[in-house]
Parts: sequence; C-alpha cells; structure tokens
Amino acid sequence: MSDQRLTTSEPTFADVNRDVIRTLSSPGNLYFGWMSFVALVLAVGILAWTYQIWVGVGAAGKRTPQMWAMYITTFVFWIGIGHAGTLISAVLYLFRARWRTSIYRGAEAMTVFAVLTAALFPLIHAGRMWFAYWLLPYPNQRSLWPNFRSPLVWDVFAISTYLTISVVFFIVGLFPDVAAMRDAATGRKRKIYAVLALGWEGADDQWRHYRRAYGLLAALATPLVLSVHSVVSWDFAMALVPGWHSTLFAPFFVNGAIFSGFAMVLVLILPMRYYFHLYAYITDRHLDAMAKLLLVTSLVLTYFYICEAFTSWYSGEEFERASLFMRATRQYAWAFWMMYLCNCLVPLVLFWKRARTSVTVLYTVSIFVLIGMWLERFNIIVPGLAFDFYPYTWGTYVPTVTDSAIVVGSFAWFFIFFLAFIRVMPSVSIVEVKETLAHPFKRPRPTR
Amino acid sequence: MSEQLVGVFGHVDTTVDAIERLRASGFGDMTVYTPVPVHEIEDAVERERPLSRVRLFTLIGGLTGTSLGFFLTIWSALKWNLITGGKPVVSIPPFIVIAFELTILLGGLSTVLGMLLLGRIPRLSPSPAFDPRFTRDKFGVAVRCPAGETARVRDILTQTGADEVRP
Repeated sequence: MSDQRLTTSEPTFADVNRDVIRTLSSPGNLYFGWMSFVALVLAVGILAWTYQIWVGVGAAGKRTPQMWAMYITTFVFWIGIGHAGTLISAVLYLFRARWRTSIYRGAEAMTVFAVLTAALFPLIHAGRMWFAYWLLPYPNQRSLWPNFRSPLVWDVFAISTYLTISVVFFIVGLFPDVAAMRDAATGRKRKIYAVLALGWEGADDQWRHYRRAYGLLAALATPLVLSVHSVVSWDFAMALVPGWHSTLFAPFFVNGAIFSGFAMVLVLILPMRYYFHLYAYITDRHLDAMAKLLLVTSLVLTYFYICEAFTSWYSGEEFERASLFMRATRQYAWAFWMMYLCNCLVPLVLFWKRARTSVTVLYTVSIFVLIGMWLERFNIIVPGLAFDFYPYTWGTYVPTVTDSAIVVGSFAWFFIFFLAFIRVMPSVSIVEVKETLAHPFKRPRPTR
Repeated sequence: MSEQLVGVFGHVDTTVDAIERLRASGFGDMTVYTPVPVHEIEDAVERERPLSRVRLFTLIGGLTGTSLGFFLTIWSALKWNLITGGKPVVSIPPFIVIAFELTILLGGLSTVLGMLLLGRIPRLSPSPAFDPRFTRDKFGVAVRCPAGETARVRDILTQTGADEVRP
C-alpha cells in the first residue's frame, strides 16, 4: 500500500503537496455522518438559547448566589483550550522547536474556533444579550464609558485582542499554502483559491517581508497568550470571594490552559492522522513531545494545587480555610476529588515511555484531562460562590436542561467549525513541513 | 529594451550557484521564487539588501496602541469622575492592562499591513515569470537583462544546472 511507503522513507517536497492536497478530496459518508450529528447537537443548543432569551436567564438555573455557574465555567474552559494552539504556533516557533510544524495548523485552527466558542458565553450569560455592545468603549451622548478598573472590561479587551491576533496569525500562516492549493487545483476551485491566495508567488521580496512579519507576530502573540488567561483569572482574583482572592491565580490559570489545550490538540490530531493517513508527518516523535508537555504541565498544576491548599491553611484566615474545607467535603466534593484524579493522577502514566507513543493511552488521558480541567473551573466558580462569608447566602446550583443543552451545543459549535475547516483548507502546513524536510541538493550538503 | 529570462531549478545549491554567477556577471536585477524560505538562497539574495522594514510598522503600531490605551482610559476617567474609597481617579495599574492589549492589537495589525504593503500583496494578476511549480518543488530565477545579453544569461542559467530556461 502506498501509505506503508510513506511511513518508511522521508517525503520529498512534491510528496508534501500531494499528501496534503489529498486530504481535501471528497470525504466519505463517515464525514457527513459526523457533520450531521454535530449539526443536530448545535441545533438543540441554539434552540435552548432561544428559549433562554425568551424566558430569561432563570431558565439556566441561576439563583443567587450562583450567578456564574456553567456558562462562565465553560467560557474559561474554551479560552484555555485556545492557549495550546498559540503556544505551539508562536512560542515553539520562537524556540525553533521543529516538531511543531506538522501539528501547528490544526492547533492554530483549534485556537481560533475555541476562542470563537468562548466569546459566545459572555453573550449567553448576559441577561439582556442585545445590550452586550455596552461593554465596548464607543462615543455616546451621555459620555458614558466603561469602567476601565473592572476586570470584566479587561476581559473584553483581552479576548477581542486575542481573537483578532489569532485570526490574523492563522490567515498569515495559511496563505502561502493556499497559493500551493491554487497551483494544484483546476476550474472553479482554482479561481476561489486564487482570490484567497492574494497573488502569492513565493518571490524573494514576498518571503523577506513575510518571514519578518511572521516572527514579529509570534513575538507579539507570546506575551499576549500569557496575558489573556491572566486577565481571565483576574475576573476571579480581583473579587474578595474566599478561594478566589489569590495572587496565585494568573500562573495557575495559564498553566491549566496550556494543559487542557494540549489535551484538546491530541483529541483532534490523533483521529486526523488516522483518517488522512498522515503517519509520515505526525510521527511517534510528535506524540512523545506532546505527551511530555502534557506531563510537565500536569506536574506544575499539581504543584499549584498544593500551593493553593497550603496557602489557604497557612493564611490562618477562617473563611479561606472554610472555603477549602467545604469544597472538599460538601455537596461538590465529587467534583473536587474527580479533578485531582483526572489532572494529577491519570497523566502520571505518561512517565512511561510506551504510554507516550500509544494512541489509545494518549487519547484516554486527554479525555480525562479535558474532563478534569472543566471540573477545575467548575470547582473554582460553583463551590466558591456556594460557600461565601455569610451562611444565609449559601446556595446550591443545580444544572437545568437549558444550560446543559447550551454547554453541549458549544462543543458542537466548535466541532462544526473544525470539521468544515479540515475539508476546505490544508490541515497540515505545506510550507512549514517542507522547511523541516531535507531540502533538495544536487551535491552533498555542507554541514553547518 | 530589457528582456526577462526564467531559469527553473530543481535544487538549492544549483540555484545559489546561478544567483552568484549572475551577480558576478553584472545581472543583479533578478527575482527568485522558492516554495519555502531557504537559508542558503536568502543569504545569497539578501546580502546587499537592507533589512525588511516591517518592524518599523510594528513599532509604530505598537506605540500607537500603548498611547491610545492610556489616553482612552485616563481621558474617560477624568471626563466622568468615579471616586471610590478616596483613591486616585487616574489609577494607572488597571489601565496598564488596557494599554497592553491595545499595544498587541495595533502592533499585530500594523505588522500585517506592513507585510502586505511592502510585499505588494494582493497582486491581481500573476507576474509573467511565475510558474505553478514554484509553489511545489522547483526554484525559479527570473533575470532582467538588456535585450542583447539574453544569450549570456541563458548560458549561465544552463551551465549552473537549470532544468529549463524560458523567456
């Protein structure tokens, strides 16, 4: 079989074009089956949101003090998922980690779609979502401006910047590839790709400015990715709620974000590799590298969990201590202990080298991590608000059909974008993969 | 009257040879097409060129963002005083967050703008020297030369190992 050959010898430049363009040929029934299923789930989610807009946010089970509940949990979760994509495309680019090239396109697409998903939640969460534009600074008759001291306004700036820069970075990376698609396509497809490629030809002056711009964008995206989840964490850390008011939150959130993002990358990349036969490009070495990053971020996260518990005990502050005690023992204890299991214990299996290259183990661990990281945000938000300073205001949150359908629908919203993307655009970077391959030399290449 | 010849190469080292020989013979006006950026070719082509000015766009965009961020926050705070706990109206630490985000936003957007302007993208029609193989696995050297010199250029391109030479 031709795929067998690919796993044994290193592909040439022409092979890369052929193999990547092959992924865009007509998909089978399986693809359309998945697409229909995802569309159905999305439709249920949209219906649930419509219902919520009609009857009000009470439909989402919101009762004081539980006003944040699953929407903000899922919002933080999706923002976190995006982080691994930027880490792979910008930070690893600056560090010249060559293994990133074959997975970065998929990861970057994941970032864009995850942030798009996350950006829905503040709207869904808002009582009168048609006034969401009040968050933006725009000139108005009464010269009312947003309160720039509020972390929620910082969030608006951080997330809209993150979305814009991710999209720009994604498109800039894409268009030399689109030019390659254009030159391989015929007919109507060729015309569409020709427009999207903006007349890219790979001339030396184009590459010169392109490379410089790409490096600068990576250098801008690196501090941005660290800032975005820090800002999200300050939504909590700036409040005085016990269990939230902590200086630990920014690095804790950023690390957790990268951890969950890598799990999502694996969840997306492994099936992609299987269905598109990309074994020549996404090898065991890539899986091993990603598994190691997953392991490292898991260990760092464990350290943060220990710090969090230690500081609340050592602070001697009654409310801090009580908050932790309640989280570990009361009605949300299952989520608390489940989180430790998923985020701290399960990834330890990756210390074993064979586990790091086993598709089954990696996939299972990634699913556990995604569940664990969703629960982590849940554990901060829901039990945090459930046990405030004053027992009179304590309250339990119970999910409703409406908000569960919206949360599940958000996954469908994400996957419908991702599935559409792998169908119309190269999901592996043609140019960057070629850069890491041996270049064609007539004479033996001088060693540098 | 000047003419243009395009040599299509299959290898990096032969392309570099051609660039060096052409320049030594006085045909410095050329465009090199590559499927990927290649260090050896970049070294040969860019030796006599100034650094890309994209970074200037980034700097100006970034600084505009910083000042816009501080201006917007400070100006709007002064316009509608919101005094809480007797603290200063112009509270710099939270405003840094806004200024930082706008620095990145405008810096990033102007970087892309710079790339598009300097690289003259979008181009509406393909340049005559372009060949679809240049985005796959071939390297192209397009040389502009006076009308009488085409034979010499063709010789150089062929001798250095071009698979094909065409006008």
